[in-house]
Parts: sequence; C-alpha cells; structure tokens
Amino acid sequence: MNKQWQIELEKIIKDKKRLLSNPADLLSYGFDGSFGQYQPERVVQPINREEVADIMKLANTFGVPVYPRGQATCLSGGPLPVRGGIVLDTCKMKDKLTIDSENLTATVSPGVITSKIKEAAEKEGFFYPPDPSSAHVSTIGGNVAENSGGPRGLKYGVTGNYVLGLEVVTPQGEIIRTGGQTIKNVTGYNLTQLLVGSEGTLGVITEVTLRLIPKPKSRVSLLVVFDDLVASGKAISGILSSGIMPSAMEIIDQHCINAVERHKPAGYPVDAAAILLIELDGHPKAIEEEMVEADRICREIGAREVQTASDEEDQKKLWEARKLVSPAIAKIKPTKISEDATVPRSKIPEMFERLSEIREKYNVELVVFGHAGDGNLHPNILTDKRDQEEMKRVEMAVSEIFESAIEVGGTLSGEHGIGTMKAPFMEKELGKIGLEMMRRVKEAWDPNDVMNPGKIFPQDGQTKLVLTE
Amino acid sequence: MSTQSLKELQEKIGYSYTFDCVQCGYCLPACPTYETMGKETHSPRGRINLVKMAAEGKLDLSDLRDPIEKCLGCQACVTACPTNTQYGKILEGAKEVLNEESTLPFPKKKVQDFIFNRVFPSSKWMDTIGHFTWAYQKTGLQKFARKTGLSNFAPLNLAKFEQVLPNQVSPKVRSSRKGFYPAVGKAKASVAFFKGCIMDSTFYSTNQNTISLLNHAGADVYIPDEQTCCGALHAHSGEGDSAKVLAKRNIEQFEKYDVDYVVNNAGGCGAQLVEYDHLLKNDEQWRERAISFVRKSKDISSVLFELGGLPSLVEKQEVVTYQPSCHLTHVQKVTEAPKLLAKSAPGVTFKEMDDEQKCCGSAGIYNIVNYKEAMEILDVKMAKVKPTHAATIITTNPGCLLQMKMGIQREGLEEKVRAVHLVDFLFERLPAQNSI
Ligand SMILES: Cc1cc2nc3c(=O)[nH]c(=O)nc-3n(C[C@H](O)[C@H](O)[C@H](O)COP(=O)(O)OP(=O)(O)OC[C@H]3O[C@@H](n4cnc5c(N)ncnc54)[C@H](O)[C@@H]3O)c2cc1C
Ligand code: SF4
Ligand code: SF4
Repeated sequence: MNKQWQIELEKIIKDKKRLLSNPADLLSYGFDGSFGQYQPERVVQPINREEVADIMKLANTFGVPVYPRGQATCLSGGPLPVRGGIVLDTCKMKDKLTIDSENLTATVSPGVITSKIKEAAEKEGFFYPPDPSSAHVSTIGGNVAENSGGPRGLKYGVTGNYVLGLEVVTPQGEIIRTGGQTIKNVTGYNLTQLLVGSEGTLGVITEVTLRLIPKPKSRVSLLVVFDDLVASGKAISGILSSGIMPSAMEIIDQHCINAVERHKPAGYPVDAAAILLIELDGHPKAIEEEMVEADRICREIGAREVQTASDEEDQKKLWEARKLVSPAIAKIKPTKISEDATVPRSKIPEMFERLSEIREKYNVELVVFGHAGDGNLHPNILTDKRDQEEMKRVEMAVSEIFESAIEVGGTLSGEHGIGTMKAPFMEKELGKIGLEMMRRVKEAWDPNDVMNPGKIFPQDGQTKLVLTE
Repeated sequence: MSTQSLKELQEKIGYSYTFDCVQCGYCLPACPTYETMGKETHSPRGRINLVKMAAEGKLDLSDLRDPIEKCLGCQACVTACPTNTQYGKILEGAKEVLNEESTLPFPKKKVQDFIFNRVFPSSKWMDTIGHFTWAYQKTGLQKFARKTGLSNFAPLNLAKFEQVLPNQVSPKVRSSRKGFYPAVGKAKASVAFFKGCIMDSTFYSTNQNTISLLNHAGADVYIPDEQTCCGALHAHSGEGDSAKVLAKRNIEQFEKYDVDYVVNNAGGCGAQLVEYDHLLKNDEQWRERAISFVRKSKDISSVLFELGGLPSLVEKQEVVTYQPSCHLTHVQKVTEAPKLLAKSAPGVTFKEMDDEQKCCGSAGIYNIVNYKEAMEILDVKMAKVKPTHAATIITTNPGCLLQMKMGIQREGLEEKVRAVHLVDFLFERLPAQNSI
C-alpha cells in the first residue's frame, strides 16, 4: 500500500520515468563516494524549480525527509538517505548555462557538470578557477552545497568565492533569491554565503550565478622531487613566505606516487619521498622570474630535482596524473577512507610527523596527498571493510587524525564537508555553544527537519566515528 | 537465501571484483546508457553496486535483470575507471547467474539454444544464411517484401536490419575460396585468418578484401577451414560453457598453422579471441595453449600497421570520420592503428567526432533485443557525426557498420553519407584491385 504522501507525489511528478520506486532504482540512490548504503522510499528527478517547490511543500506537510543529490561524488555522506524518504536528484536540471560577457558572470542550473562551466567560460576568454578533481563528474549544485575547492584554492579560493547569487527552494517550498549579479553586495545578512557549504540542509539550490575572471595570460608548472617528506613541507612555507603566490601547490607522498605509476604511469619518480606540483600563472615576464625563484628556494631546502613544463601538453599530463591520485590509491586496498583535515600552513611539517606516528601506532595503510599550498591535506586510509578487526583500528586512527588537526589549530574539513562522517567531531572543533548556534540556524530554516536530516549535526551521544557494522 | 547458496552466488557473480569500485563516479560520463536513460540504475557505478547488493541478498536477482540486460557491455567504463575495476567480469558473472535463473518460456529458450549452439558454430548454417540473404536479394523477394510492408512483420525489428545488409555474393563465389593466398612480392610474415561467422556469411567480400590487403602488405595468408564462431555472443549472453567449447575448437584449428599472427577483422570477435586465456584460466589442459593463441591474435589494423602499412595507395579526396568499435577500443586497446591507416590514404581529410569512443548502440545483439534503447543511443551518436560533415564513416566491426548504416537512414542522409568497414575503405584505394 502506498502512503498518502506517495500518492500525492505522483500528482506532482506525472512523468513516471522521473519518479522511481522499484527496488533496483531505490538502491541505486542509496550511496555516494563515501561509506554506507541506505534505501530511500522514492527517488524524484525534477526538471524545474516549480516541481522542486511542490516536492518540498509536500515533504514539509507530511514530515518526509528530502535529500538533494547531484552526482553523488560526495566523500562525507552528504546525499545519503539515512532516514528513508525522498532522494531529490538534480541531474536533470541542466538546461541553463549562460555566460554574461559584460558582467563576467555565468548563470547555471544546479545539475550542470562543473567542467562544462569551465569550458563555456574559456570559450569566451574567461576563467572559472575552482576545480575540484571531480569537476568532470560533479554538479555545480553539489559544489556550492559542499563549497568545494581544488588545487587552485591557494590563489583563487574555493567555489564559495565565486558564488554571487543563488535561487533556492526553502524547506517549506518557497522560492527565494539571495545575492545577485553584483560583485559588492552588503544588503542584510549574507544568506548566499550561509547557503554555500550548507550541504543541502537549508534548501535546494535551483540556480547559481557565478563570478568569472579574465583568463591568466600564461601558465607554467614545476615538478619538484624530495627525498624527505618533512623537507617538502618546509619548501611549501618557504615559497609562500617569499612572496610568490602559486595558482596551485600540491603535495603527493611516496605511496600515492607509486599508486599512480602502477595505475597509469605519468613519469613521476617512484623512489621520491614526496613530490610537489607547483603551478604559476599570470604575466609571462612575472612568472618567468617566479619560476627561477621557486626553483632556487626548493633546491636550497633540499629538493633533489626540479622539472619545468611550460607547453600545454606537458602541463596537462602532470595535472591529469594528479587528478588520478585519489582513485589510484584505492587500488592499495578495497576500502578507502578519505579525510580532508586542513591545518594552518606553517603546521604542515608538524602534521606530517603526526600522521606518520598515527600510521605506525595503529598499523594502518595511511597515505597523504593534498592541496598543500592552502594546508588542505588528504590523509587517506586504505583498508578492507570486511576485516572488522582492522576497521576498529582504522576508526581510532581516523579519530586521531581529526583530533590532531584540531589540536594544531586546523579544521575537520577543508572541502569535503561534514556529512555523516564527521558529525561526531563537530563539538570538538566548534565548542558546545558554537555548534548550538549552528543548530539554531538550522531549526529556524527547517523547523520540521525535513531538509537532508542526519547530516552535519551529531545525534545525541554520538562522539566517535563508527565504520563497523 | 541461505548462507551457503549466497556464498555460491558470490563466487559466480564476481562479488569480489565489486570491491575494487570506490564509487567515485568517474565512469559516469563515459557510459552511453547513463547518458540516454538518465539514472544511476543504468550507470556502471550503479550496476556494480546492484550486483554487490544482489550478492549480499539485499536485491532479488529478478530486480537485477533489467539493469544488466540494458547494459551494452561496451566497456567504456573500464577504460574510464581509475581503479581499473573489472566491470566486464562483473557483467559476465551477472549474466551467467541470470541466465541460470532464467525463466524464459520453454520455446524461447529452445530457440536461443538452437541459435547459439547450432547455428553460430556451424559454418554450414552460416553459409546457408549467406545464400539465403543472397537469394532473397536477387529474387526480388526483398523488393516485394519492402513494398508490401511484409518485412515489418518480422519479429524483433529484424526488418530494419535486413534493409541495411550488404549485397551478397553468389553461392558459387563463396565455394571458390581457397585455403592459402600468397603475399604480393616477398613475404614478410605469415598469418592465419579468422573469418568469423556472421562476418563471413554476410560480409563475405569484406573478408576477401581483408585477405587482399594482407597479401598486399606482404603477408602469406592461410584460412583454417575447420575454424568456428568465436563465442562472443555466447559469453555475453551468459552461455559460458558453449563459449568454452568453441574456444577450444578454434585453438585446436589454429595450432595447426605455424604463423606469426592470427588475424581478425571484427572488433567484437577479436575481443573474444584475446580473452580465451581468461575464459580457460581454470582449465589445466588448455590454459597454456590459450595463452599462446592469445599472444598471436590481432586485429587487422594492428597487423597492417605492424607490417609497415599499405604501399602506394591511390589518391582520392574524401572527408572521413571514424566510429571505433568498443571492443576494439576498450578490450583490445587498439585505438591509433585504424586512424593512422585511414589518414595514411592520400587525399583523406580525417575529422574526429566528439565523444568518438562512445558506443553506437550496436553491441552484439543489443540493438535487436533492446531496439528502442539502442536507437536512442544511436541518435546521440548521429548528432556527433553530423558536425564533422564527413562523407564516410569508417567502422571496424560488422555490428557497428550496420548500426551506422541505420543511423544514416534514420537521419535521411543516404545521399550524402556512407558507412564502410576500414578494410573496404582501404581496399578501394589499392592500386591494382586484384580482387579474389
Ligand atoms: C575522486 C574524487 C575526487 C574529489 N576531489 C575533490 C576536490 O578536489 N575538491 C573537493 O572539494 N571535493 C572533491 N571531491 C568531493 C565531491 O566531488 C565534491 O564534494 C562535489 O562538490 C560533490 O558534487 P556532487 O554533484 O557529486 O554532489 P553530491 O555528492 O550528490 O552531493 C553533495 C552534497 O551536496 C548536496 N547537494 C547536491 N546538490 C544540491 C542542490 N542542488 N541543492 C542543495 N544541496 C545539494 C547534497 O545533499 C550533499 O550534501 C572528490 C570526490 C571524488 C570521488
Ligand atoms: S567503476 Fe571505477 S570509475 Fe566507476 S565508480 Fe567504480 S571506481 Fe569509480
Ligand atoms: S559497459 Fe558500457 S553501457 Fe555498460 S555500464 Fe559500462 S559504459 Fe555503461
């Protein structure tokens, strides 16, 4: 027997193809790129804001949870339907992608794939810098909801720095607009930035207006090889304090290098303890000087080798390999627990030391790569979820990673969000009252707790990560 | 389901392979059915997850059937996957399990058995089909059937395919084939030709042209006459045991010849031939023999390329594009040789289409059993072909060739565009066309 809300839902989404209820379909919308499998009661694929509004009105009336979903590349459990209800798949909302060359903005539907925005902007001579490694798969809606970043965060910031305005359907099913088309905007509370990174808990994003910038004139990349991981950390601070602002600065440790080379050789040196990938962009004359300077600094700190790539092809190759790190390390062992603890940049060498201690202490396959330039490290633990004993050790190791990050003055998440995975640690970082203020915001927006419930905020008494069954 | 039988199911269905998938979604943009059907259920990531769920007893096998049957098996997801998840093996395992569970009505099962186990393996049957098609075309029956709309009553939309079949050679020509064709000039290599079943029955002249090209490139060509169907359609339909029988027979037949290559000209068959070692990996007696067979098995384009290409092709101005066979690209990993050969022909302007490596929807017998879905995929493909303004679409597999011909027909482009097999395209440009 269908429940009343399910009958009502059929009246909103009349196209049967976009309202899914058979077992295979439901299970297919019960996972993301992280951990856990759930079963929603319905999956809907709306095609416009009006349908989204009607779905939210219905959900709010009947108290049915709704989980917005892009392409489910989330690494923190954001779109998981943890309490049944409706998965609201935004992938069919992709009809709009317009570039306004006069105002240097782009207006897009939430289901548009991020890399398409970049391509469209480049056609007009503009640049959309945020580039999560998942950009060719993930949606802009998901990027905004997670405030996704990428290698270019160092110089250009993250998705949130480019969002000027949003159209959002509230948990009660009202359609609102926040921000606008202007670069400056201080009218009232900054709801736009509150919604950025809200992980789908405050509303459904149905349109995004993004800021574009002129395309940098030229670009060059360096591959710097180190025999010592901590030295590579020092080189990062060395370059940044010299006044050079690379557009990206990535670190990849030996385990990750090996994983990439085993998977799809890119010519990374397999015997190095770590490599730094540095990208400089700007005026050709300026980057030429910066290149020489960066080279000198790295060598002084103990780099074994510095290679430069200035033609498009070579650079593309270097960076494509970087994009493969995350998936390639998954070959080490079947289950991948991906963290994104972020620390102040000066603390990178210290964090490296702590991570290698954790690796030893719990005897786990812990590897590190990340957007070192902005302190955003991705310690990853490779394990096998069928091995319960090892999973217990992994749970403890992950907890200690979070604690270490917070202790050195860092944060739980630089870009992957809190979702279900990091909720238990929120109070540690924010304090009781800090978290309470966030909770009050959520309750004010969504008194019936229908909008992506079970995310960000820990359940009562939930203080540790649980990965075992 | 009891734990014991769940265990058995997990063995068969390739449960352990599913753990290689980290659900990153990198395969989604590569998958043609995800593009046209627009839901996770029909994506590689989704299908892998469903197989896993079924293996854990959380999904009924009957609910797994549709997602698995609607998969083209094109393996584009395997190429895209950064963790190298063996989707092909997961798919094969799922098909085999579903096939065993099958509740096909008795007559349908009988027909399927008959086709797979009697018709495909038998060159006699295949010849008969060739003769029949020839007779059908020659006697005017075809015209009559088309005019009266009679052909539309054929089951499974076969009529639509019948319209794009090439003209057939007469039974007399067919029976005049020899067992050996010597190289033109001094022989650089010797090859044994795998003629295929459908390929040889309906694309007889392409096969003869293949032999000419090989001779021209400096190869002695042998044609083992006891060879049989490669078994690809069997393996892909979950008929693993029949596939093994066929594989053994082929290995045995080709072992009789001491050659440098075993050459084939159909991407799909080739993909099956190079997986004989995987197919027979648990068979003590056959494993080694399969490995040496696989080592020699190559696509015609790779062999021509390795022999140094074709000397002195005739110049002809033509804009061409290339629709790669999925099995050639994603299983055999042959991507450059066909393009380089096409480009090497004087006067050719080569235009790559967008998303070249996406399946055209042909995929074995997919376009026959899943006609509607296949046509949606084809329409997407044709939308990518048109902007190239190519007059010729080159393909490397009979299934793709027919599918592209249908695409041309659907778009009403018969006057402007043609689809041809790479072999025939090159053959047209041989200096002295000493056809055989
Ligand atoms: C291999 C790999 C590499 C990655 N690299 C990076 C990286 O470099 N940087 C980075 O920041 N992240 C990275 N990620 C994480 C992930 O890709 C990002 O978080 C991305 O933004 C998620 O987008 P999505 O479309 O997949 O959203 P989903 O995963 O579907 O959803 C993510 C969250 O957004 C919410 N949401 C989605 N759409 C909407 C909407 N329209 N309105 C409201 N809420 C919505 C969901 O409820 C959920 O909470 C990576 C992931 C993988 C698998
Ligand atoms: S099959 Fe490969 S590409 Fe696809 S989701 Fe799994 S790991 Fe990622
Ligand atoms: S084999 Fe082809 S159709 Fe099937 S899941 Fe992979 S990419 Fe999609």
